[in-house]
Amino acid sequence: MSIRATARIHAVRTEGGATALPVLESAGPLALRRTRASGAGAKVTVVGAMSAPLGGDRLAIEAEVGAGARLAVDSAAATIALPGRDGERAHYDVRLTVGDDSELRWLPEQLISAYGSDLRMRTRIDLAPTARLVYREEQILGRYGEMPGTLSTRLTVHRDGRPLLDQELGYGPGAPGGWDGGAVLGGHRAVGQLLIVDPAFEEKEPEVRILSGTAVLTPLAGPAVLVTALAPDALLLRRLLDAVLRDEAG
Amino acid sequence: MSRAALLVLADGRFPAGGHAHSGGAEPAVKAGRIRDAQDLAAFCRGRLHTAGLTAAALAAAAALGLDPLRLDEAADARTPSPALRATARRLGRQMMRAARASWPSPELEALAAARPRGAHQPVVLGLAARSAGLGPEDAAHCVAYETVSGPATAVVRLLSLNPFDATAVLARLAPEMDEVARRAAEAARGGFGELPAASAPLLDITAEAHAAWPVRLFAS
Repeated sequence: MSIRATARIHAVRTEGGATALPVLESAGPLALRRTRASGAGAKVTVVGAMSAPLGGDRLAIEAEVGAGARLAVDSAAATIALPGRDGERAHYDVRLTVGDDSELRWLPEQLISAYGSDLRMRTRIDLAPTARLVYREEQILGRYGEMPGTLSTRLTVHRDGRPLLDQELGYGPGAPGGWDGGAVLGGHRAVGQLLIVDPAFEEKEPEVRILSGTAVLTPLAGPAVLVTALAPDALLLRRLLDAVLRDEAG
Repeated sequence: MSRAALLVLADGRFPAGGHAHSGGAEPAVKAGRIRDAQDLAAFCRGRLHTAGLTAAALAAAAALGLDPLRLDEAADARTPSPALRATARRLGRQMMRAARASWPSPELEALAAARPRGAHQPVVLGLAARSAGLGPEDAAHCVAYETVSGPATAVVRLLSLNPFDATAVLARLAPEMDEVARRAAEAARGGFGELPAASAPLLDITAEAHAAWPVRLFAS
């Protein structure tokens, strides 16, 4: 049996200035736990997503950060896309809404595309004009020494109702041709994006930084920077993105 | 539609400045990712199905009459590399000059006035196609073809690749170009929400380093 499940988080600012979580709804394999935050605001850890999504599953997670609230979300383990019994495609939708003067740090573990799996992941982020966002996504194509499954992801970010970033990636046997050639992946098996949106960038536009031969930090057309990184494996990719996180987001 | 107008627009000699650009092939050759005709085919195929599809849909949408300023904004969101945004606008400005001379129209004038430093090239190309009486499939075909013909021509110069081999690569990609153009036009008919955003990480990454090279054969 395939699963349909939507987990929900709603963070709001309390009168005292702290962040409360009036909605924290686990669903199916997506179990949500409030965990200890390192700074101000609330932190939620997604646990137990280990063996999902399987082919045919339709999973979703929605987070809304109300005005003035601060929320950090991470996960206890990597998410592994696995084949279902009948070769059906799995869907995983992430919908994030961040209000004015609020912050969302969305830093889950990697998404691993196992051999034979077929996953379509869509992320839609809507930001208020003064919202801050730190968002990381890492795709690992195949477990260690394994051929990748089919993975397609789309990341659509709107700020104040206007498009800020729209990016679609497709890899693996079911993707259009040329995905592993010299224009797209060139044989790399770990792909990462780190997006930082900060209204402060409007005053001081960040500069391009070449992080390695296959990684670069670029300012977008709005007040945001995007790290686009390829690496031979998950560990090297994470090391690269972590270095940027330390520098840029404090 | 006028088939001859399509040939004029798609001609590599159309004075829109495309010949100075390698479509990311120059850094790929330098990094050893393109060494022969087989690598070139994989490079072109990957570029066609990513940046090519995305640009073809923007052009098809402009040819259909969707708001070119909103399309320009959509193109910005689909181009995380500032070097590639600058290239797209520079090529858009040159395309605009050639298009206004070839097929003058109020819509071209309006876009030129609203974006004096250049709109994204596929949007201008789509509007030029519209002014020439061409349709969304035509505009999408133009973009799909130039997505692969640019790198193929550049690699002949960069690697001294046999031009017959480079042309054979293009000819073998023809069915996929048709398919990309068809999908691009279909997406454009669905409106802004349906426009694809397929991207190619290596093209975005290497464009920045390439733009900073002190000496290079191609502008991008």
